[in-house]
Formats: sequence, structure tokens, C-alpha cells
Amino acid sequence: MALIDLANPTRFLNFAERAMPWLIAATVFAFAIGLAQALFVAPDDYQQGATVKIMFIHVPSAWLGMFCWGLMSVASLGTLVWRHPLADVAAKAAAPIGAAFTFLCLFTGSMWGRPMWGTYWEWDARLTSVLVMFIMYLGLIALWRTVEDPSRAGRAAAVLTLVGAINLPIIKFSVDWWNTLHQPASVFRLGGPTIDKSILVPLFAMTIAFTLLFVSLHVAAMRNEILRRRVRSMLMLQARAQGG
Amino acid sequence: MNLGPHAAFILAAYAAAVVVIAGLIGWVTLDLRAQRRQLGDLEADGVTRRSAALKEPA
Repeated sequence: MALIDLANPTRFLNFAERAMPWLIAATVFAFAIGLAQALFVAPDDYQQGATVKIMFIHVPSAWLGMFCWGLMSVASLGTLVWRHPLADVAAKAAAPIGAAFTFLCLFTGSMWGRPMWGTYWEWDARLTSVLVMFIMYLGLIALWRTVEDPSRAGRAAAVLTLVGAINLPIIKFSVDWWNTLHQPASVFRLGGPTIDKSILVPLFAMTIAFTLLFVSLHVAAMRNEILRRRVRSMLMLQARAQGG
Repeated sequence: MNLGPHAAFILAAYAAAVVVIAGLIGWVTLDLRAQRRQLGDLEADGVTRRSAALKEPA
């Protein structure tokens, strides 16, 4: 089956039905390996001690918060330019998941910051720009819930998503552009990662596990959203029939 | 596994991850049940989607 065939909601539902067990199995397997690596194999950091273990959930959460907004931006282009039937379904289903991972990024960062920086929160460029992304996620969810017609809500949310995408490079490069308490990039940088392999490998394992979890949740949430729209159209048909 | 003097912060971070992930899994699972139940109720009432009705043999 070609990827374009999934553009049909019924075909997507069939695909989701077949793919979900495999996605769940792959996610559980990846978490088993990732958690074993993170909790029992990775050594303590020479400066930060055992608090480095927070990184194994903080960094994947941060990655997913940004990845999810990127995905919603592509879906928004699909809504506005190509009017793709699944584009706003994909965007709407992704928003709560992205908000949850961004919240987790902020919370775990706070738990890591208190013992290492001496503060739970600092209004520096990286932390503030991630907080702005979290608030924009909440705004998007509110917008989806406010406008009753899904296609109208989809177009309005797509515009807001594309405006919010401006924040993505600000988050990424905030540690280079401004003097921040947050450390500069140590994994995705031109000169290669600055983290020792003994910690980098568990970090990658956890990132793969979190990404598989995101994909599983997103496919499941898209399936639910398609079913919700079917319920809505059937309720409208029923109301029309009852109205004469 | 010795988590050192900052064990409470590490445990709080992992506990939050468990709560958030469990919440997301619970959300998609309960939502799926609710949508399927509503679809079942509507179909039991004889409501059919237009596209599904069109596929029915004449």
C-alpha cells in the first residue's frame, strides 16, 4: 500500500488496526532496553552525579515537544494548501500529546535545575521559549474545542500552528543567541556530540523509545478523531431525519 | 542503584513521566471506547453514514 493511499480515512483506520499491535510491541521493547540502559548501565556523571538520569526523560520529552510542533506545521500546510483529508485530523490529534511532552520537559527540567543550578526556574531564553510553546499548545487545544465545525477549526488552528513554528528555531538556537543558564547544544551540533558514549547510547535508546510511544499515541489519537467525526456526521444526519 | 543526595528530584521526574504517559494512554483508550460506543448506539438506531449507505447494494 502506497503512503498516499492512507489519505483515505477508512484506509487509515484499517492501517491503524493492523499497525497498533506492532507499534505497541515495538514501544514496550524499546522502553525495556532504554530503561535498562538508563537506570542500570549508564554511569553517574562526574559532575552531576545520579541527577544525569533525569536527562534520559528530559531530552526525549524536549525533542518530542518540538518534533510534534514540526509535525503539526507540516500537517497545517496540508490543511491550508492541499486540503488533505487527514491533515487537520493529524494536527488535532497531535496537539494534546505534544502539550503533555512539553509539560514533562518543563517539569523534569525543573527537577534537574533545582539541585544543579540551585533554582527550579529561571526566565532565560531557552526555558521561556519552551514555556511559550507549551502555552501555544494549550491555546491550540482551546481553539479546537471552541470552534464547533472541524474544518473551520482546522484552518484557524493551521494558521496559529504555522505562526507558532517561528518559535522552533528560537528554542533551538536560544542557547547560542543569548547568554542563558541552560547549557548549549550537546547532542545535535556541528562538531558532533560532546556527551560520552556511555551516556549517549542510553540517551539514544530512550529517545527511540519515546518516539515510538509518540507514534503509537498519535496513530491511536488520529483513529479516535476519525471516529469522532463519523459520530458527528451521523448525529447530524439523525437530527436532520428527525427534523423532517 | 544508589541515587545519591538528590534522589527525591530524580524520583519525582520519573514519577511525573509515569503519570503523564499513563494519562496519555488512558486518554486514547477511554476516548476510543467512547467513540465506538456512540457509533454502535447510532448504528443500532438505524443511522447510516451517507458514504456507507452508498456502498450498500441496491
